[in-house]
Amino acid sequence: MKRLRGWWLLAALLAALPLIFPGNYYLIVVGASAGLFAILAVGLNLLMGYAGQISLGHAAFFGLGAYASAILTSRHGWNPWLALGAGLVVTGLIAYLIARPVLRLKGHYLAMATLGFGIIVHILLVQTGSLTGGPDGIGEIPPLSLFGWAIDTDGRWYAVIAATLLLVVLLALNLMDSRTGRALRALHGSEVAAGLMGIDTAAAKTSIFVLAALTAGLAGSLFAHQQAFVSPDSFNFFVSIELVTMVVLGGMASTYGAILGAVILTFLPELLVVFEDYEVLIFGAILMLIMIFLPQGIVGGLKDLWQSGHRRRGRPGKGDQDAA
Amino acid sequence: MWDQILQFVLTGITLGSTYALVALGFAIIYNASDVVNLAQGEFVMLGAMSAISLSAGQGLPLPVAILLAVLITLILGLMLQRFAIAPARGITVVGTIIITIGASIFLRGLALLIWGKDIHALPHFSGESPIRLGGVTLLPQNLWVMGGAAVLVLAVHLFFNRTLLGKAILACSCNRTAAQLVGINVGRMLLVAYGLSALLGAMAGVLVAPITYTSYDAGIMLGLKGFAAAILGGMGNPMGAVAGGLLLGLLESLAAGLISSGYKDAIAFVILLLVLFLRPSGLFGRASAERV
Repeated sequence: MKRLRGWWLLAALLAALPLIFPGNYYLIVVGASAGLFAILAVGLNLLMGYAGQISLGHAAFFGLGAYASAILTSRHGWNPWLALGAGLVVTGLIAYLIARPVLRLKGHYLAMATLGFGIIVHILLVQTGSLTGGPDGIGEIPPLSLFGWAIDTDGRWYAVIAATLLLVVLLALNLMDSRTGRALRALHGSEVAAGLMGIDTAAAKTSIFVLAALTAGLAGSLFAHQQAFVSPDSFNFFVSIELVTMVVLGGMASTYGAILGAVILTFLPELLVVFEDYEVLIFGAILMLIMIFLPQGIVGGLKDLWQSGHRRRGRPGKGDQDAA
Repeated sequence: MWDQILQFVLTGITLGSTYALVALGFAIIYNASDVVNLAQGEFVMLGAMSAISLSAGQGLPLPVAILLAVLITLILGLMLQRFAIAPARGITVVGTIIITIGASIFLRGLALLIWGKDIHALPHFSGESPIRLGGVTLLPQNLWVMGGAAVLVLAVHLFFNRTLLGKAILACSCNRTAAQLVGINVGRMLLVAYGLSALLGAMAGVLVAPITYTSYDAGIMLGLKGFAAAILGGMGNPMGAVAGGLLLGLLESLAAGLISSGYKDAIAFVILLLVLFLRPSGLFGRASAERV
């Protein structure tokens, strides 16, 4: 129970917020969108934060899931849940195929390769008009329904996305406390050392890459049904960068940090709208300032403050134990 | 048919010269500080936009406007290092990437405030009457781009191999502590590296602006292409970056001309991926080993 204390807190918070602010536009609409990005960020954090593999093309998997659902339900009349499953199969398969050659690369080369993959997928979405509708995208995507209960209002979407987020967070927490999770963290420390300890590093990296892609594909399917419309611009290079920023901003290797990053980056533009012409400028400045003053991300920075506070009061913080 | 291909090759080399200068800037900053500066493309945009507004808006003669534009961009490059990169200590590699992305968004926002969303063009340096060479034609500006890039690349090469300042920067990239021990002011060298990269970016922007037009958001794609070129050549190898830039320009132009212009970027990136799969450290990069 103690291990999952944070998860219960998150669940309580997600359930309490709509009761405290009933019908609040920011909470229900922007909040649902933040929730979708949180699902994406938690998935990407598995790959980036824990396994230490950067991906600048994660929006591609988000897009693949979304387009699979959009095309199969609106063009071919599939059942949305069946389409969601098919979308996950396609996303997972593509991720599996590119994982090995891509994850052999390191550092900036890995960054470039994933970035290139993201750009290629985006161009394909724009150019294959007969399949994807080209730059105009696909509209009139039917709603999801759960036991005959159509998910067609903002409030219901909030509930579905919150529940999915909780599920994904639970999965991420459990995974990181498992044998696989420890293998991934060892790999983050040093790939060679992890290999020498008998970890099949290539297989470990591939499986976490596929899992992160599947999470993104799931978020994509939900996004397509929530918006009832998809177009390539929702899955371009900037979205990939935004996802990486969410993970880093919150604090790498922290599941809750990734959620915090997603919430901040989704709400910030909404709040900055009042600055009109200065919006872009201020957004860039805030991004720089946070990274300069909290290089370990927000959660990491708060942890450091907490620990130095402990030390000052003469109690050993976690950092001291690590050093000993 | 051959004339047509030759025409695409000429266009590709012009485009590639721009990429080469941006990629060279990437390599210089990466060598000096291990930072991938994703704001590099914004230097290109700032150089071009300030030259345009100084010459067309303020009525300055073109050479003066260009000189001032390059100077403005150079100062912004120094400020980027001094106020955004230098203060961030104990930051991860990904963290520095986010800072440079923040800087790039900031500079774009600044350009949007000053110049709006309109597309602008710089006048051609020496007329627009096309030159015919056999079956192919090119604009005098194409020659300016190719020649300008060649001169700048040569100058950078000489700077790093023949001057004390250039060698001092190289020393910092080999081993920062050792460089400091022999009396090199590492902080100042980093500033010089950022200034030099900004200068190269601004020059690329100014040279190509008469052909390609420019707007506040033109820097993003150029920055990405420059990064791709630097990776293609092997990160941290300046002359590799130049070769990577030319190669990327050629690939794009041939793909656009012979296959499809809609897919030109996709084709360039597919080839980039294939190269990386076969040579994980780029074409001219050295394989590195991890120490445990």
